[in-house]
Amino acid sequence: MNLEINNNKALQINNNEPLEIQDIPTEITDDLFVAAPIDINKQDEIASPPVTFWREAIGRLLKNKGSIISIILLVFMIFLALVGPQISGHTYRQQNIVHTNLPPKISGLEWLGFDGKDVHGIDQYKKRNIKENYWFGTDEFGRDLWTRVWKGTQISLFIALVAALLDLFIGVLYGGISAFYGGKVDNVMQRIIEILVGIPNLIVIILFILILEPGITSIILAMIVTGWVSMARVVRGQILQLKGQEFVLASRTLGASNRRLIGKHLLPNVMGPIIVTLMFTIPTAIFFEAFLSFIGLGLQAPLASLGVLIEDGYKGMRFFTYKLIFPAVVISAIMISFNLLGDGLRDALDPKMRK
Amino acid sequence: MLVTLFVIVTFTFFLMHLLPGTPFNNPEKLSDKQLKILNAKYGLDEPVALQYIRYLGNLIHGDLGMSFQYQGRTVDSMIIDRIGPSAIIGLQAMVFGSIIGLLLGVISALRHNTLLDYGSVTLAVLGMSIPSFVFAALLQYFIGVKLGWLPPALWESYRYTLLPSFALSVSVIATVSRFIRTEMLEVLGHDYIITARAKGLSESNVISKHVLRNALIPVVTMLGPLAVGIMTGTLVIEKIFAVPGLGEQFTLSILVNDYSVIMGITIFYSALFIFVVFVVDILYGILDPRINFKRGAEI
Repeated sequence: MNLEINNNKALQINNNEPLEIQDIPTEITDDLFVAAPIDINKQDEIASPPVTFWREAIGRLLKNKGSIISIILLVFMIFLALVGPQISGHTYRQQNIVHTNLPPKISGLEWLGFDGKDVHGIDQYKKRNIKENYWFGTDEFGRDLWTRVWKGTQISLFIALVAALLDLFIGVLYGGISAFYGGKVDNVMQRIIEILVGIPNLIVIILFILILEPGITSIILAMIVTGWVSMARVVRGQILQLKGQEFVLASRTLGASNRRLIGKHLLPNVMGPIIVTLMFTIPTAIFFEAFLSFIGLGLQAPLASLGVLIEDGYKGMRFFTYKLIFPAVVISAIMISFNLLGDGLRDALDPKMRK
Repeated sequence: MLVTLFVIVTFTFFLMHLLPGTPFNNPEKLSDKQLKILNAKYGLDEPVALQYIRYLGNLIHGDLGMSFQYQGRTVDSMIIDRIGPSAIIGLQAMVFGSIIGLLLGVISALRHNTLLDYGSVTLAVLGMSIPSFVFAALLQYFIGVKLGWLPPALWESYRYTLLPSFALSVSVIATVSRFIRTEMLEVLGHDYIITARAKGLSESNVISKHVLRNALIPVVTMLGPLAVGIMTGTLVIEKIFAVPGLGEQFTLSILVNDYSVIMGITIFYSALFIFVVFVVDILYGILDPRINFKRGAEI
């Protein structure tokens, strides 16, 4: 009952206020404060469904046009990389001396340039009386470029993914330990990182490839030698910031073990920056792999990666432009998608950083 | 700084001695005696530790040793011969890229959320994503071969420097324009910009005196990584455009196992890299008096 009376009084004061200025009390006393009316029906009502951090982040990500496009493009590329090599009926290493250097031809898509004509405008398929269509053409050994491009995409993506995941593992472990234990451990570990950062990483990669036999494993190994450093720095910086905050102290006071502190409180809070860094590590790894292949230190034929294909295409660029164009377009599309997705994720996971 | 360099030297030295194969052409055709003479000539018959100490001693005098592939040539003279073209295209790419990047960045920040802005942001994403060698190959084909505007390769007159410089500058343009854009947008949101406008400064004065100056300071930190990017970029760009530069020599030496040249150029690149980072640190301190090196640069 008391509540209601107070309520009325408050309304009165409110109505009088603009008219009589001297009515405003000089001293603010407790009885001027009134509780808001309680509506029992509304007690259980929640304005919007509870949103977790991750759901909110995904929502923000999906509002970003760039990330939507890049996700669709990436899914499409990954799908083709997995399925593409199977559907043309040729393997990536099967040579066919009769069908060498055929331009791309897709029936129905002639107007797009897939007409089987070479640089001189001669329809090679007609001239050599070939019934079969090669969608992306063939290379100088008569290997089907469609299969090779998607097989190459598959290998490039695999190398990049494994390298990025290993970077992630080493980086998180190193950065986490360094930041969590601090003091002398941190000091020593940071001096090591400083030295590693001082070395241009491409040169380290090249030197490592030189002593290891060229191949998928050695490329991955060479890339993680210095690749984990940026991840370790990100994780260390984040954990150093979090370590001093109250919720960690509270958990420690309640007797949480180091293991629990790291696993339950610190790492989940660093997840955002870790994912963003991972997203930027993958395109870098794809670039390094292609770079190595391009200067002749990458995979060896008949294995294909995007870098190998670009190098082959570059050699025959003058007369067989299609050999360069297809792998170049695919690698550019992958790199653009990962970069855009990385940007989108950074904005979504760290709204404060949004610019 | 010197510690890093020392680690790099040690690291490359021992890595080079782990390499498979010999540095000589056709080792199977050489008799034991000939191999012995060759090994003695290049000091390869001594214990590795001794070779290492001698290498360090020579390095202090700036002597990087002899090439195994080119008779009687020192690595020093090869680096000096080759550094010119690399320096020219590297510097041109840096200057050209920074200017264009600056313009694009300023335009897109001032015309925020307009078509111009979207256009230059798209350009920046493309420039950052497309690998430099892919771009260089396409550039060479379309501008050099198809249209014939500029010579596609070789190194004869100034015109020949343009295509490789442009190919190298793409990533610089992209990085600088993106960075300037975000920095300017942030500076534009500060209160002191409102103050500057409120006291009646003309818009061009506000932009040049208040916005740009504050936005440019963090950009200086980008110069170090950019310079490194250009240095590594020259490795492939020089190969594509047949520029007789240091990068081309490096890739060539790798393919023929010329250990001393690989080692020499690696050390040279690393020293240059460390030097650039050092200079950028100092520049940053001069430009931004808020950074106090005595208290430690990292906070």
